[in-house]
Amino acid sequence: MRRSQWFWLAAGWIGFALLPWYDTPLSDDRTWSLPALFAGLFGSAPWLLPLLVPLLLPIVYLTKDVQSRASALVAAGIIGIAYMVLQGFAFGLNGWSWAFLQSVFGPTDRFQNGFGYGANVTLFSFLFMLTEGLAARGWMKGDRFVTGSIGLVIGTILFFVFLPVSTILTNAAIPDGEQSAVVSFFYRMTDADIWSLSCAFENRRCGVFWNSLRLGILTGAITTLLGLAFALIATRTNFPFKRGLRLLTVLPIITPPFVISLAIILLFGRNGTVTTFFADAFDIGRSRWIYGLPGILMTQALAFTPIAFLVLIGVVQGIAPSMEEASHTLRANRWQTFRYVTWPLLRPGLANAFLIGFIESLADFGNPLVLGGNYDVLSTKIFFAVVGSQNDPGRAGALAIVLLMLCVGAFYVQRRWLGKKSYQTLTGKGDSGRPSELPRGLKYVCYATAIPWAVFTLILYTMIMFGGFVKNWGRDNSFSLDHFAANFGLEWTEFGLLWSGRAWDSLFTTLEIAAISAPLTAGMGLLTAYLLVRQRFAGQASFEFITMLSFAIPGTVIGVSYILAFNTPPLEITGTGIILILCFIYRNMPVSIRAGVAAMSQIDKSLDECAMTLGATSAQTVRRVVLPLLRPAIVAALVYSFVRAITSVSAVIFLVSARYDLATSYIVGRVENGEYGLAIAYSATLIVIMAAAITLIQFAVGERKVSRRTSSDAVKQEVPA
Amino acid sequence: MKTISGRLRLLASTAALAVTLSNGAAMAESLVLYCSVGEEWCSAMANGFSRATGIDVAMTRKSSGETYAQLKAEASNPKGDVWWGGTGDPHLQAAEEGLTEEYTSPMLEKLQPWAVSQATSSGNRTVGIYAGALGFTYNTEVLEDKNLPVPSCWADLIKPEYKGEIQIANPNSSGTAYTALASLVQLLGEDAAFDYQKQLHNNINQYTKSGSAPAKAAARGETGIGINFMHDGVQQRVGGFPVKVIAPCEGTGYEIGSMSIVKGGPNPDAARKWYDWALTAEAQEIGASVKSFQVPSNVGAKVPPEAPSLDTVKLIDYDFKEYGSSATRQRLLSRWDDEIGSLN
Repeated sequence: MRRSQWFWLAAGWIGFALLPWYDTPLSDDRTWSLPALFAGLFGSAPWLLPLLVPLLLPIVYLTKDVQSRASALVAAGIIGIAYMVLQGFAFGLNGWSWAFLQSVFGPTDRFQNGFGYGANVTLFSFLFMLTEGLAARGWMKGDRFVTGSIGLVIGTILFFVFLPVSTILTNAAIPDGEQSAVVSFFYRMTDADIWSLSCAFENRRCGVFWNSLRLGILTGAITTLLGLAFALIATRTNFPFKRGLRLLTVLPIITPPFVISLAIILLFGRNGTVTTFFADAFDIGRSRWIYGLPGILMTQALAFTPIAFLVLIGVVQGIAPSMEEASHTLRANRWQTFRYVTWPLLRPGLANAFLIGFIESLADFGNPLVLGGNYDVLSTKIFFAVVGSQNDPGRAGALAIVLLMLCVGAFYVQRRWLGKKSYQTLTGKGDSGRPSELPRGLKYVCYATAIPWAVFTLILYTMIMFGGFVKNWGRDNSFSLDHFAANFGLEWTEFGLLWSGRAWDSLFTTLEIAAISAPLTAGMGLLTAYLLVRQRFAGQASFEFITMLSFAIPGTVIGVSYILAFNTPPLEITGTGIILILCFIYRNMPVSIRAGVAAMSQIDKSLDECAMTLGATSAQTVRRVVLPLLRPAIVAALVYSFVRAITSVSAVIFLVSARYDLATSYIVGRVENGEYGLAIAYSATLIVIMAAAITLIQFAVGERKVSRRTSSDAVKQEVPA
Repeated sequence: MKTISGRLRLLASTAALAVTLSNGAAMAESLVLYCSVGEEWCSAMANGFSRATGIDVAMTRKSSGETYAQLKAEASNPKGDVWWGGTGDPHLQAAEEGLTEEYTSPMLEKLQPWAVSQATSSGNRTVGIYAGALGFTYNTEVLEDKNLPVPSCWADLIKPEYKGEIQIANPNSSGTAYTALASLVQLLGEDAAFDYQKQLHNNINQYTKSGSAPAKAAARGETGIGINFMHDGVQQRVGGFPVKVIAPCEGTGYEIGSMSIVKGGPNPDAARKWYDWALTAEAQEIGASVKSFQVPSNVGAKVPPEAPSLDTVKLIDYDFKEYGSSATRQRLLSRWDDEIGSLN
């Protein structure tokens, strides 16, 4: 057997025979549970003994030929995983989990706790025995790294995305009163509240589906175009304040929830600064126009443009200038070059940016909550179906299905538009071309959209920072440091430094959780992207869709589904920091995937093949060839997952506990209480911390070194964002 | 406050991804509290209890709807001990579904009759800890600016001059607004109440998601008048905003903030200790010290002078059992959706 196969077999045995199998809850007197082998032999958990079968199988087949050993590993992996998962779910804290098992085997007073160290180690060993075996049987050209990655990604996504999400979705078929499941499902899915078009004919509201669709398309289009304008200015013009411009586009992404909405209200609300100015100066009546679609659009455009920018800048930078030069040599003018060479090459970036903007908009909860007025969208409807006074999980499930269908639709439209064309422009050949300058008209269009937007952002953030330093924002604008003192007070006592501020606890927890989850998220995301772009296997399209699943569903639904799925054995992790980390990884992974896919589809596969031909393994190829070329995507993925772990709110509301409280839930509590000053002071602190972290990430990852010259005469290479 | 080094434990233990954190610390008696009032009040209560009993309180603050959803999700393996605060309806629903534990506190006899009746109607699975009446919060500057009279009755609110000036929450999302809906039904009769709301609809500028949002909007002048619990308006006034709070002349409904013990929670003894302590006069006076002006349920507790006294407000005889039941709630809410919520 290969060394790696030995390794996983040994790990399986260690987990089974040496490590404590179960996780013991705090209230239990026994501090450690027995390893499975002893718990099985001495009677406390005899149902674990059948696991000996898959653990012995590879040993029995040791002396046989390579093919049968590989098949033995595959069988061991499948049997082991299937048995562990089945017995884990079938037999829980209160005996049998399913009624039919109880009727077959009779009631029992035995129980089992959640998986502990031993069970987890063994479970993962089975998974990798399976992938090792598959590789040895020649699957994916016998590449162990690729099969292992596919196994890891699919296995964990099934467990941490598919399982919790399906628990929520199946709620849509809960029988409603007398009606059967099918009828209830049908009624919920065809509710006029969702689909009604009556706003077109009479004075009634339209269905929430149409509201969400309109909002998503508008937000997706606006953020993509704004992001493109910024990306073009940053890479293809000699605009003097590029760096400042980039900083501004990143600001909204590091802003905690509610803050932008509050600032917008204070500017454009009926009593807002701008409104008052126009009312006084031009006698324009005060109105509440901001509440509804305009307000949501404005805040979402502010919040999501940076993501589009981050996706697009990598793509714009990656376009091979020699193609544009070739176009010029063939006497095309700047506009023709842009229209027929640059623009088509931008398509993967545009499509991915639009898809992210569209889905982010659909799943956004905070902004519609504060600024939505009477414009209902699916995400808020779902939230209140769960926690509102209706308390109707069936309706929440149905609405979540509608939301998912919208996302599937967007996903397929995106794929149709991209088609099967090739967008590779990063090849192994050196490219000494010079990127073409933008056509003049287009340049001014970019300036005209991006600059006012940047100024607007600047004003908004000045106001936000200002809000943290005044007594009562909007009423009493005298300077005060009270809010910071209440949040981040420090006292020197006889026992040493006392962190007396109320926000310290949540701040430390937040940073810690974000710092742990960001590299894991980026790693999983880029690995998945590599599998999607570079490998071909059966079921790839559905695999890609499942990876997007957790992103498309509003955070609240994810939060509730995580409690439903992980509050009881086999995996009991509610109330811990781990559930927060897992939630962040699988919720934020899609952006890492998108960034990775967009960047990777530009890199010529011949580079990989070249490395492989020279004898590198696929793991080495990834590390030495693909990763260095992916640096912009790595930065985007790391930054995004770090920041989202700090700023996301709806998903974590249900997952925080007294011990693991997060900054956002503290901020939401303050906002609900009307203490905007405290909320803003905390947010301002977080913004500064995140800005520092982003700088650090950029510094640590470094820039992609591709031989390209810039369009301006400046010789130095632009620093990628 | 925790030290930073104590937090490094998490870093170390994430290595095994799906393993629960082992908590090796010796266990002092502790309590897991789900709290559904403002952050300030919640932490003041938690600290007060720790000081009085030496029991460690791990507190999580969530709105009452969120806590109810969490209790349901956790039902097979409860993680919380006590659910304290928040409007009474979700507490009654939790009692109806058997999510909470029966307990008859020796403190019951010291409580106001409305608090005791909350306990009796739920089979002693919940109890009243404070009360607050519905009223109007109006912005004095806005009304002056627009030359509008101060509204003093429900009937005033449907006058055409208030067009676009009134805010109330959506009863589908907010317990406050559901209390208002149920109060109007009890005050006027069901059909008349829906007629009234259709007329009111012409004056409403927004149905907010959260129940206290209208008070905050009135405070900032985003609306002229908000319909909400009076203590939410008082809080804005104390916070320095130009608002006044008034109770409608025809009579009004009220909420009973409640407390329940989670069934099967990890620390049942500590939970009962909290329950008894939270019904004492001292514990109930903590609210006013952190600017929460609800009316306490302990007869001996001092009513804060800012609190809208329930004696001067004309209260209807609110039928919590009938209007807190799932069946009535669903019927009224779907009728509201059909007749009011779908109007443009």
